[in-house]
Amino acid sequence: MSVLAIAFYLLATVTVFSGAMVILSKNPVHSVLFLILAFFNAAGLFVLMGAEFLAMLLVVVYVGAVAVLFLFVVMMLDVDFVKLRKGFASYLPIGGVVGTFLLVELVLIVNAVATRGAAAGKGPKVYGPEMSNIEDIGRVLYTDYVYLFQAAGLVLLVSMIGAIVLTLQHRTHVKRQDIHEQTTRRRKDAVKIVSVKSGEGIQIPEDINK
Amino acid sequence: MDLSASLNLALPELILAISVLGIVVYGALRGNKSAFTVNALSGAALIAAAFAAAFGSHGSGFSGSFISDGVAVYAKVFIYIVAVAIIVLSKGYFDRLNQTKFEFPILILLATLGMSMMVSAGDLIALYVGLELQSLSAYILAAFRRDDPKGSEAGLKYFVLGSLASGLLLYGASLIYGFTGSMNFEAIAEALKVNTEVGVIFGLVFLISGLAFKISAAPFHMWTPDVYEGAPTPVVAFFAGVPKFAALVLFARVLTDTFADLYSQWSQVILLLATLSFLVGALGGLMQKDIKRLLAYSSIANMGYALLALAAGTGYGVQALLLFMVLYTIDTTGLFSAQMALSRKGVPLTRIDQLAGLSKVSMPITIAITLLCLSVLGMPPFSGFWAKVFVFGAAIEAGHWVFAAIGLVASVVAAFYYLRIIKLMWFDGGAEEIDAAPAATKWILYASAAFAFPLSAFALIWLYPLAENAIKSFGLN
Repeated sequence: MSVLAIAFYLLATVTVFSGAMVILSKNPVHSVLFLILAFFNAAGLFVLMGAEFLAMLLVVVYVGAVAVLFLFVVMMLDVDFVKLRKGFASYLPIGGVVGTFLLVELVLIVNAVATRGAAAGKGPKVYGPEMSNIEDIGRVLYTDYVYLFQAAGLVLLVSMIGAIVLTLQHRTHVKRQDIHEQTTRRRKDAVKIVSVKSGEGIQIPEDINK
Repeated sequence: MDLSASLNLALPELILAISVLGIVVYGALRGNKSAFTVNALSGAALIAAAFAAAFGSHGSGFSGSFISDGVAVYAKVFIYIVAVAIIVLSKGYFDRLNQTKFEFPILILLATLGMSMMVSAGDLIALYVGLELQSLSAYILAAFRRDDPKGSEAGLKYFVLGSLASGLLLYGASLIYGFTGSMNFEAIAEALKVNTEVGVIFGLVFLISGLAFKISAAPFHMWTPDVYEGAPTPVVAFFAGVPKFAALVLFARVLTDTFADLYSQWSQVILLLATLSFLVGALGGLMQKDIKRLLAYSSIANMGYALLALAAGTGYGVQALLLFMVLYTIDTTGLFSAQMALSRKGVPLTRIDQLAGLSKVSMPITIAITLLCLSVLGMPPFSGFWAKVFVFGAAIEAGHWVFAAIGLVASVVAAFYYLRIIKLMWFDGGAEEIDAAPAATKWILYASAAFAFPLSAFALIWLYPLAENAIKSFGLN
């Protein structure tokens, strides 16, 4: 047994195990941690396939951003998981039907892949063996798929505009620090000398706080 | 095909995308004061794009991801024109509520761009990205009045269920890719000629489910009444028309062109969806008290008719679909602008019984609504009648006369709720004053009513050969 095979079986076993633990563990924080473990092992599988760039992306994007975001959500929001599990029995029949369908499809896919490889036997496009992954991906991304790349950029623009439209509030009564106003303030703007007659006091003007 | 030729093909999309970027910067710098200018600029961009689409060249570019053909151009020009009407309608609506925001026309532009990409999609990724661009903008538009709890609910519901549908669609797309070895529609059609595996059919069913959600065909219609009730009315007028048109064009391209060899498989699914849709739409609408909920059920029923035309799988079926959607969208835009035109003491009329006695206070609006209602229920010689004639003609030609008969029965049931509106307006209630409607809203209402009858008869003389020409690119008989 070669080192590659050992590495594959090790990584694959841990991926499947941690995938199962994501849904089986009682503590949601543990679930997210297992998810991160699954991501790491999947990245290892990518490396074995020679897709080192995708492996790096998986670690940076999924572990670095997505899973940490999940962890935040799980820890910040007070989600009662015991309550969420309550309807389990009543949803079981429909869930079972959906699950069976998915299982049948998975079997179909596994069957097809086993007989003639993924993507109907047509492997990914490779420009040249001397090229690195990044060069390869960059080349197709900015030539063949430039239209879709730009369109994906527009989708991101929509999400940005949406986040601003739905959350930004201009509050009118908030006092903000205005450094320009502070530094240009002069003595005459703030201080006024009045001679007070004894026994009378002074009238404070209404706009004293301005 | 090199990049400059591809860019030339996608000129309408380029105009929209570049103007969106410019308008966003302008609006962000000037704030909500600029709302009017932003509206005008967005409208101008849409009109420019419509001209670019109408007079642009045909072909396929960006290594097959983008197709500009007769059907795409037909759909695009119509979508752009309706989007302009929606921007005009939204101005009156938001000004009245005093909630004008410059982002609204920008999101409409982005959604329109998404639809435009949908009708031109040449592969599965372009299909998904276009659909997602349109849907994401739609989710935001649904929740646009974020201080309104019903609006937020509508946005959230739409987002969660829409994401689920996108997931289904992606799953289907990945299955199709896995079993045929290509993303490109042409290459998929080639691969299907060699052999068809059961996995492809699974994938196709998932793809159909995802798209059926987007056009709110039963049994994927559950979100429709709630979203229509909660979302701002101009947004609903937008949802009810053109995004569904775009999704149906996509349906037509995927099913009748790419998966033509699997006709016997998908036609059953489409017929099932169609039958369920017009039954749910007709029966569900009977109990509704809210105008927008009623129109939601009406739209579900009408999607059933559109799918019935599609299920024929013939050239005439696609032509009927194109004509039906144009006539239906004009009717439904008119009905929603009627809802926007009506308010009493600053509160919009939302319940059907509030329409009682409308003829005593505003005759022109009453006549317009009556014309539109008669048209939607399919009374000859209104536009809705011709739309149904084409659809049932296509269904009968393809031998689906049982389903056509069920559709006819459903449309008779649905006629009840349109007739009830007419009865309420003309014969019931006392004269209760209504507020003056925004002028632009009223004119769009009158224009669409005039189109329902009598202009549609003349328009069809010109639209019919246009649609007939458009479908030639599909290579159907």
